[in-house]
Amino acid sequence: MAHENQENKSGKLSRRDILAGLAALPLVGIVGYGLLRNKADAEKRNSSLLSDIKPEIQSGIPPLIEGKTLRIGIIGTGGRGGYLMKAMGFVNPDRIDEYTEKGKKDKYWEQYLEDFRAQDNLNIKITAICDVFDTNAEKGIAAGANVHRNGKGGKMDDAPKRYTTYNELIASPDVDAVVIATPDHWHVPIALEAARKGKHVYCEKPLSWSVAETYEIRKTVKETGIVFQLGHQGRQTESYNVAKSLIKQDVIGKISLIEVCTNRNDPNGAWVYDIDPEANEKTIDWKQFIGQAPWHDFSLERFFRWRCWWDYSTGLSGDLFTHEYDALNQILDLGIPNSAMASGGIYFFKDGRTVPDVLNMAMEYSDRDLTLLYSATLASEKNRGKVIMGHDAYLELSDTLIVSVDPQSTRYKEKLEQGLVEPFKPIFSYVPGQGAVDAVTSPTEKYFAGRGLLYTYRDGKAVDTTHLHLREWINCIRAGNGVQPSCDIDQAFEEAMTAHMGTISYKEGRRTYWDKEKEVIV
Amino acid sequence: MGYTKLQSFALVILRITIGWHFLYEGGVKILNPNWTAKSYLLDSGGFLKGFFELIAGNQILLSISDSANAWGLALIGLSLMLGIFTRYSSIAGIVLLLLYYLSHPAFPGIEYLFPSDGSYFIINKTLVELFALLVVFAFPTSHIFGLQRLIKSNKTFLA
Repeated sequence: MAHENQENKSGKLSRRDILAGLAALPLVGIVGYGLLRNKADAEKRNSSLLSDIKPEIQSGIPPLIEGKTLRIGIIGTGGRGGYLMKAMGFVNPDRIDEYTEKGKKDKYWEQYLEDFRAQDNLNIKITAICDVFDTNAEKGIAAGANVHRNGKGGKMDDAPKRYTTYNELIASPDVDAVVIATPDHWHVPIALEAARKGKHVYCEKPLSWSVAETYEIRKTVKETGIVFQLGHQGRQTESYNVAKSLIKQDVIGKISLIEVCTNRNDPNGAWVYDIDPEANEKTIDWKQFIGQAPWHDFSLERFFRWRCWWDYSTGLSGDLFTHEYDALNQILDLGIPNSAMASGGIYFFKDGRTVPDVLNMAMEYSDRDLTLLYSATLASEKNRGKVIMGHDAYLELSDTLIVSVDPQSTRYKEKLEQGLVEPFKPIFSYVPGQGAVDAVTSPTEKYFAGRGLLYTYRDGKAVDTTHLHLREWINCIRAGNGVQPSCDIDQAFEEAMTAHMGTISYKEGRRTYWDKEKEVIV
Repeated sequence: MGYTKLQSFALVILRITIGWHFLYEGGVKILNPNWTAKSYLLDSGGFLKGFFELIAGNQILLSISDSANAWGLALIGLSLMLGIFTRYSSIAGIVLLLLYYLSHPAFPGIEYLFPSDGSYFIINKTLVELFALLVVFAFPTSHIFGLQRLIKSNKTFLA
């Protein structure tokens, strides 16, 4: 150091000093060149792909329409009913305590509770509940009274009234609208009664259990003009809206094949739910549970695991395929297929169930020149994704969206030749909350684009799609201008008929057809 | 303390290559208007996971952290390459690298969405670069090879 200082003290800069002082400048220049090149490449890719394509991204949570407090009745306050109540802002205080306890150890639950408390107040009141099982009914009452989202011992408001039959609940002057979260075989009878009494309906999917009742409910909903929403909350998934706008702009070319699947591999996913120890013939109104289903003696298994029997359920086609179908119907306006062919069996859960645990369906849309393939198993979790395959590119869809180019594409032929796009590599990615659809540039983006994160965002805020779906329904009721929500009775009719075509094909071992003119399955 | 020629060469090369890496990483981020560390932060692990997720979840904190990160990287890189204010920039670089490490520590049992480019146990390349910067800090070379040499002053803080 002393030696260097001495040199400096001489007061003059030697040529060596200047050279050594500035020698790194050219290197900075090289980095600068690298940066400009990187930017130019990214811009070239972005502009050549995005110049003529304008993806639409819904931004923000739609504002709540103001109006008087809506009085809501919940029919079915079991698992799904409880979840729907939570999405509307009502949770059993015991549950709040449970989240608080879990939140002390696990940040996930702390955030879960925080998100729930931050969820908008929809300006509704749960005035009535109905469930054939006493324990469920009590839970529903406690949740309905918990207006302030407190734990046990916290401030509660008026408890909703329990009705022992849905007819009485619907007839109540304290009920403006009903939420139906019962087993499948009860959806239509209850929705029909509600519509006839002028009560608005939010009905869990699938719309119907039998073909015949599907016509009746469509007719009645239309005649009465009630606001009807079917519970496919996927309607609120941002990436589906983006996919719709990309396909409208012909980004992936002519679509010939769509592949969707269900992959589950645990008892819960296969509908083997826990049996409540408090459940018995005294606490369950079995006769009312049976309803239009064929008579069967009291069975706790059938009550809690009703999804496993055709007597109350619509099986994989009605229960899980409909999620996939409704997403595609939303994106592509598919409508009802011309034909359906299904096969499968009970291959893993040989527990006395009548519905299959493996199901494969091929649905032909000959008018659109495309096939919709559905493949499901309840005994493997290998996720096969949701893929829409076009001549020019394919679109893979989950919470995120990725478009990758086909090497034989006509539309992208020149760009492929110029090396602007690479075959099989993503060209567009959309990650919820990002606020923009980008041409994929950095390796990190490419990676995350393919994985996505488990949040659904609106404006970067994690929101529950079920909340958004119920909110849309409530907004339509308040607007009162005849506008129906996104999953209205026509969409619901298409959903139900498509699912029934698959189920009938499976049960009868034959191909089913849709007669468009007569609107019948043949 | 004088260095041998080989020592000077090795130290200068180390300083300039780290600077190069910082400058390019920062520059790419600055030049891409859509760049954000959001998904990287959401993928955090280790005992500060909550802290990094908090930043990712808050629009204001996120944009402050994104700008500070991008400009910080670029300026640190420029300083290391040119050989000026390197004592400050190497400390700043160490802080940045420590934050990167703490958001994705290479502890056994933590898995990340973003795959690792190698196999690491506690020590990974981020940590190695961090300690390399410590060497740059401990053995200054700007007065030998860098803008510092042109500044006729005894004020060692510039070194």
